[in-house]
Amino acid sequence: MDDCLHLKITRRRLLIASAVSASAAALPSLSGAASRDAPQTAAAPVQQRVRLRINGEVHSLELDTRTTLLDALREHLQLTGTKKGCDHGQCGACTVLLDGRRINACLTLAVMHEGAELTTIEGLGTPGRLHPMQAAFVKHDAFQCGYCTPGQICSALGMLDELRAGQPSHVSADLEAAPTLSADEIRERMSGNLCRCGAYSNLVEAITEAAGSRA
Amino acid sequence: MKPFTYERAGSPQAAVASAAAHPGARFIAGGTNLLDLMKLEIETPAHLIDVNGLGLDQIEGTADGGLRIGALVRNSDLAADARVRRDYALLARALLSGASGQLRNRATTAGNLLQRTRCPYFYDSDLPCNKRLPGSGCAALGGYSRQHAILGVSEACIAAHPSDMAVALRALDAVVETLRPDGSTRSLALADFHRLPGETPQVEHALEPGELIVAVTLPPPPGGRHVYRKVRDRASYAFALVAVAVIVQPDGRGRVALGGVAPKPWRLEAAEAELPRGASAVATALLAEARTTRENAYKTLLVERTLAAALAEARS
Repeated sequence: MDDCLHLKITRRRLLIASAVSASAAALPSLSGAASRDAPQTAAAPVQQRVRLRINGEVHSLELDTRTTLLDALREHLQLTGTKKGCDHGQCGACTVLLDGRRINACLTLAVMHEGAELTTIEGLGTPGRLHPMQAAFVKHDAFQCGYCTPGQICSALGMLDELRAGQPSHVSADLEAAPTLSADEIRERMSGNLCRCGAYSNLVEAITEAAGSRA
Repeated sequence: MKPFTYERAGSPQAAVASAAAHPGARFIAGGTNLLDLMKLEIETPAHLIDVNGLGLDQIEGTADGGLRIGALVRNSDLAADARVRRDYALLARALLSGASGQLRNRATTAGNLLQRTRCPYFYDSDLPCNKRLPGSGCAALGGYSRQHAILGVSEACIAAHPSDMAVALRALDAVVETLRPDGSTRSLALADFHRLPGETPQVEHALEPGELIVAVTLPPPPGGRHVYRKVRDRASYAFALVAVAVIVQPDGRGRVALGGVAPKPWRLEAAEAELPRGASAVATALLAEARTTRENAYKTLLVERTLAAALAEARS
């Protein structure tokens, strides 16, 4: 019985950890051994001020240094359009545009972005005046529960900018040629956004239409 | 997450000086791996030194015709660089096969080299792991190990290095340039950068305390056909079960590096001498020292077949 329970937990954790995806970006100053031997001061929470420009509006916040950009948006600015899915960079629900580039808001600290320009789903359109990408999502039924949708839309906009800038992808046949929009390119480039409802085929259609091409 | 103090370093010199003054500090760049580990309290730095503003984000030609890649160049920018796409296609292909668009936009060149294993037992603080808690044991040896390493492993650890980029850099003879707190610099061949686990799997690389990677340098373009072939559980956004990087010259000579099978990017120059005899001969040489578990024994056959496919593509 205990073994059975242990096995279940282990398998679940294994699956979670197996999916942890990141090509990473920390620059540890110390070797693992040295850091573990070094004294770790159990510091009290540290507050720090940061100024962010979000959807054109400047916000000055006093935050615990541990606050992720995602939590700053949701818990401190009540910009709850950006969703928390996995909180580990695996699902893409928290995708926002940082200085025009799509990133996972859960895997970066708010204090790291002093003076940065952020666009969230709230900055793209209004209920009466949808952004073309939002309108295409509605038209093509590119969602069911809607939880991944803000991340999908921000990611799609960032992705199209990358494609227009000529960035290749894993499925681009010719690395040196300018990539062209296709369903395969969209699927590959959007692989960092999961949709548990499985609206993938409609997502491809919506993004294709919003891109202004019937590739 | 444990509390920490945070600073933005103003220069590489200031960054290493601060690291020397703060035992237990970490540099943070993209943060896509470090922050994840901090949330799980596997990493618990008392101080973070943000190196994003150091100006180490340029890609420049070198005097000998190679390329100098700043430590802070994002993975997406490196893969999109025209010189990389033309002259170091292996590197562009490896980068594009890793992670997601969002992650590549943040992840950096140096951070990618320093990312830590995705062994599930390293992440699970309820279970033993010699890398996370030295001396506690290895849960992977008798556990779920189909993703684990088969080369360069020890009784203490069978975790695989997760990077695709590093596999290409190994095949390209990359050199890591660093700055130390005393102001001195040094160059480390990527071949010597990552450490095998032995009895100290917590020691993963050759950097000294406070030492900062400032750039990765590539020798002049090697020419030949470049193929990076990655086998994984789904078509995109997954770590390699096996990855093969090959560069094949018109005369049949070439280079081979493996990913997903070892605690570091795996390359044996002696195995490359077998290239004229075909994939099977190269694989046999590469895998002579392989130590498998019941669950990852399939990787030996997968290496041979993936290598055969990569070589066929490179020669087509």
